[in-house]
Amino acid sequence: MAKQTWEQADIAAKKAVPEGLWVQCLKCGATVFGKTLEASLDVCPKCDHHHRVTARVRIRQLVDPESFEQFNADLTASDPLGFVDVKTYRSRIEAARLKSGENDGCLTGVGFVKGRKVVLAAMDFTFLGGSMGSVVGEKLARATEHAIDHDLPLVIVSCSGGARMQESGYSLMQMAKTSAVLGRFDDAGGLFISVLADPTTGGVTASFAMLGDVILAEPRALIGFAGPRVIRNTIRQDLPSGFQTSEFVKNSGFVDRIVHRRDLRSEIGRIIDYAGK
Amino acid sequence: MPPAGYSPNYELEFESAVQEIDRQIDALDSKDDSARFEAEIQSLRSTRNDLLRKIYGDLSPWQTVRVARHPLRPHSDDYIRMMCRDYCELHGDRHFGDDPAITCGFGRIGSRKVMLIGHCKGHETADKIRCHFGCAHPEGYRKALLKMKLAEKYRLPIVTLIDTPGAYPGVGSEQRGQAEAIARNLMEMSRLRTPVVCVVIGEGGSGGALGIGVGDRVAMLEHAWYSVISPEGCAAILWKEANEETNTIAARALNLTAKDNLKHGLVDAIIPEPEGGAHRNPEAAAAQLQSWILDQLAELSRLQPETLVRQRFEKFRSIGPVVSMEMPAPAET
Repeated sequence: MAKQTWEQADIAAKKAVPEGLWVQCLKCGATVFGKTLEASLDVCPKCDHHHRVTARVRIRQLVDPESFEQFNADLTASDPLGFVDVKTYRSRIEAARLKSGENDGCLTGVGFVKGRKVVLAAMDFTFLGGSMGSVVGEKLARATEHAIDHDLPLVIVSCSGGARMQESGYSLMQMAKTSAVLGRFDDAGGLFISVLADPTTGGVTASFAMLGDVILAEPRALIGFAGPRVIRNTIRQDLPSGFQTSEFVKNSGFVDRIVHRRDLRSEIGRIIDYAGK
Repeated sequence: MPPAGYSPNYELEFESAVQEIDRQIDALDSKDDSARFEAEIQSLRSTRNDLLRKIYGDLSPWQTVRVARHPLRPHSDDYIRMMCRDYCELHGDRHFGDDPAITCGFGRIGSRKVMLIGHCKGHETADKIRCHFGCAHPEGYRKALLKMKLAEKYRLPIVTLIDTPGAYPGVGSEQRGQAEAIARNLMEMSRLRTPVVCVVIGEGGSGGALGIGVGDRVAMLEHAWYSVISPEGCAAILWKEANEETNTIAARALNLTAKDNLKHGLVDAIIPEPEGGAHRNPEAAAAQLQSWILDQLAELSRLQPETLVRQRFEKFRSIGPVVSMEMPAPAET
């Protein structure tokens, strides 16, 4: 398994981050000093809006410093269908690579969360909307297998629009693949903590994301199967307020806890302790 | 027996020439002195059959989608009626309700006792609305899983017939956990200790199809489609508009036909349909379907549960080509 230390992988990303800037909260419009936002884990200090973060930032926020070791960083999409829409899939992948600095839509590896060793995966919305194609499916499957082989808890942070259209049937089958591997993990008595961040929809929700032994969600994230627009077009009426938010999904009975980002590390640690993993 | 409401009047524009000849034949046939036109009728029939063979031998992907949605195409309930003796339907998910968009029940195919699971689209308008045009709710997927677990308990093989545009997108279905229901089925089906045989008989629309589609053997009828999204859905997102032109391109790009899916190793077999599609001869289609299912069950019934589960796992585990950045990109084909 190809491995890369977190520090090596992090260099490029750090270079890309401009420092000392004022940024505007995407929700309330408040102007916040960049460093302040970073210190508050990209949660607006004024309105508490949880901004989307890249997989790299997510992992940095979750793991103990310098404890993360990445798996399979080299894997990238192979365009098995030679898919072309208004652009080629290859050019979309290239553009996503440049934009995100990643080879595909999720990062996986092992690290420590509050001193507890875990297999950790985080999806990256900046890479084609965090969509799941063969690479995401394969990396999550391998990460889960690593958790089985080493009897480690598994944490997956979802942030994705769903299955990746450009790999069509291959993407669809990643839903079956990731779910089947999680079935084995379940058979082995593993602990899978699924964390849902904004947004978690489509084929990702309808596979591994909803299969957590414990499912946590960030506040006010969009979580659902079908997109709100599709539903509105189908039922031809307005959607109830707060529909498909974390709070709605929790009240419907499909999320265990809503967790503020600053508490995520301690919540994960606590659940691992209760499960005795 | 043809499906309820069978009538040959529905026209797809790409086969209008065939229907025109059909009308000519009918006109000649219905004359009092039709015997005089025997030779002409014969010649028309042969022209018609050649034409039909040519059209159906070379359907575009978008045309395939249109055929798969043909209102006269046999549905799960038709196939069950034609293949099964003594179908004993089992209703309800024991938690919320009974989704008419999925039928489940014991049945006998040939000499084999099986658990049948199939999407239902409905035939008459009221029926279609009741079935949500084959779009199942979470209680449908949960009913299917409950009956599959029942089958596993008694070591009955499971046969699923897939025919859905997709899982139902609505307020209630979201509230009751559409995503969780499908996800649960994917995981549980992957480890059922009994044979599972799946056939996409019409539309294989994304997660709604896969939700009863994790099997030891998965086949598609010749003119069925199976993909991560419908061509219209794909066109609306990637081309910003779904129309005849973009649907045609999207359908091709998605590789959704039976041939494409077989080529990519996403299904195991194609079950041939009678000439001109299953809707022209439902009984022949049912016979083909039945014979393929029985062949699979004969093979699978010889395997130990552990072997079945392992092989099913490996089948889905192996799907999904990836490349390493350190290796040169594969050559263009």
